[in-house]
Amino acid sequence: MLRRNLLWWAGIALVLLAATAASLAVVPETRQALVLRFGKPVRVINAYHPGETFGGTGAGLVGRVPFVENLVWIDKRVLDFDMQRQAVLSTDQLRLEVDAYARYRIVNPVQMYVAAGTERRVSDALKPILGSALRNELGKRPFAALLTPERDVVMGNIRNALARVAAQYGAEIVDVRIKRADLPDGTPLESAFNRMRTARQQEARSIEAEGRREAQIVMGEADAEAAKTYAASFGKDANFYDFYRAMQSYRTTFGTDDENPRGAASIILSPDNDYLRQFRGSRR
Amino acid sequence: MTERMPGVVLNEGGPWGGGSGGNESNEPKRPWGSGGPRRRPGPTGPSALDALIRRGRARLSGGGGGGRHPEIELGGLWRWAVLGAFLLWIAVTSTHTIGPQQRGVITRLGKYAGTLQPGLGFSLPAPIDIVTKIDVDNIHVIDIDTGADGAQGQNLMLTGDENIIDLAYSVRWDIRDPELYLFELADPDGTIKEVAESAMREAIARVTLNEAIGARRSQIEARVAERAQEILDRYHAGVLIQGVAIKQADPPSGVMDAFKEVSAAQQTAQSYLNQAHAYATQVTAKAQGEATAFDKVYEQYKLAPEVTRQRMYYETMEKVLAKTDKTIVEAQGVTPYLPIQPAQRPQPAPQGK
Repeated sequence: MLRRNLLWWAGIALVLLAATAASLAVVPETRQALVLRFGKPVRVINAYHPGETFGGTGAGLVGRVPFVENLVWIDKRVLDFDMQRQAVLSTDQLRLEVDAYARYRIVNPVQMYVAAGTERRVSDALKPILGSALRNELGKRPFAALLTPERDVVMGNIRNALARVAAQYGAEIVDVRIKRADLPDGTPLESAFNRMRTARQQEARSIEAEGRREAQIVMGEADAEAAKTYAASFGKDANFYDFYRAMQSYRTTFGTDDENPRGAASIILSPDNDYLRQFRGSRR
Repeated sequence: MTERMPGVVLNEGGPWGGGSGGNESNEPKRPWGSGGPRRRPGPTGPSALDALIRRGRARLSGGGGGGRHPEIELGGLWRWAVLGAFLLWIAVTSTHTIGPQQRGVITRLGKYAGTLQPGLGFSLPAPIDIVTKIDVDNIHVIDIDTGADGAQGQNLMLTGDENIIDLAYSVRWDIRDPELYLFELADPDGTIKEVAESAMREAIARVTLNEAIGARRSQIEARVAERAQEILDRYHAGVLIQGVAIKQADPPSGVMDAFKEVSAAQQTAQSYLNQAHAYATQVTAKAQGEATAFDKVYEQYKLAPEVTRQRMYYETMEKVLAKTDKTIVEAQGVTPYLPIQPAQRPQPAPQGK
């Protein structure tokens, strides 16, 4: 009899537990819970408020009416979606492949639930908007402007355009950012490479020429320096220099220098030669 | 507690009741009753068990009547087992050892309820409190290599002067704020990577190719780190960028040859200059040497001009004529005093006169 009692109690406890479980829900910090009463949104638990601190939000154990209220979970965190790479034509007819991402947060779960249903569908809805906003905005600018700090302005404009649409889905755009802006593969990339290549070749040539010029100047300066040295020294007595240098020159040209024995020569002398003056027994 | 257990299990009312000797004779209809006699004389197992049981029963049900206590004892077993498991569960799930580089973030029924510092930490048991351990001081590294994506196995970027650079870099980061890191972003790791990449491309777009390759690399690294941090702070990512390191910044492989040509040209130019400098040293040294020699001679010459001049003349003539073939002719009549011997020359050379 006692055993049957125990079974009864256990059964009652189980039912009670199930009822409690059905009427309670654990809401984590990372999620918002939209409460639907027979399909009609009635309230939001743990909704996002800017500036709130963790521990002070609506997260935790919450009650609900079992079997009457349904919970729809919506992410509370910052979500993101990537845009597919897109070719964008700038005003100067250059193509650029652009890659962007957006970060957003669901700030109005009711609106989001009504308009889209799930976060994924919000992303899907916003993606093409981001693409077209990007193309519109970048298409108004010349290619070079995309590489300048003007990018900030561009991104700001795109963000504003996207934010208007996102608001309809109960989402708030946290940030839009151009990740990459590249030249498309094939001809545009190849021609850019070609331009770089020729620029380098030109640089190489000019560096070489410059080197040659400098070398020439150095050599000229050395020659001038030498001439100056010679002039300063030899200029003291041009007459003697003429003699001195002639003597040196004779030694060199007649090959009698020890260093240069190849130039051995025959010399035919006239007895009138100055050298042979004494040879003749001083006729003069 | 463990001592009691066998006593609880092998009681007479239970399905295992055949354990003790006294009961067997009372209820011979049991299917396993026949085993009794065989077991009884055995001095080992059964008798030791019996003793234990008897001791246990004596202690447990000293005064109580026989009819009731079986249920209590059966329930008692389960109660103890469940209680033990329950206590163990509580002990395991409510104490946490947090490593020196870790923090433990407690969520109480989903709600943030504090952060455990390194050491031994306590929380409520598991279904209520859940502790997520997070490596805070551990530095994570994201490598963005050339060839990670992009054209022809390169990570190409456009520079400010519309050139293209191939860049590989790494981002080091750790977690500054474990709560933010856990709760704020859906994909923190992916976000950090994307933010770093965006910041890097932004920074590269502001410098020229040459600056990116060479001089301003460290400046770019600092700017990217700062910018990425700024953006992540705006996202409340709870992440601290420790640093950005550019591992490789090269021109794309397609134009590498042209870049090599430039450095080759630099080498060539340098070699021109080297040759020129060598020539210059030679020429000026020679000039100085000759000038100094002349000056020395001239000094002596000035002391005795005529004699020195004559001496030098004769010395030179001596040197010149001593090693040459000499022919002296009379001006009129051409009578050689010495024979002309052109054929004797070791090698024919152009004749002067």
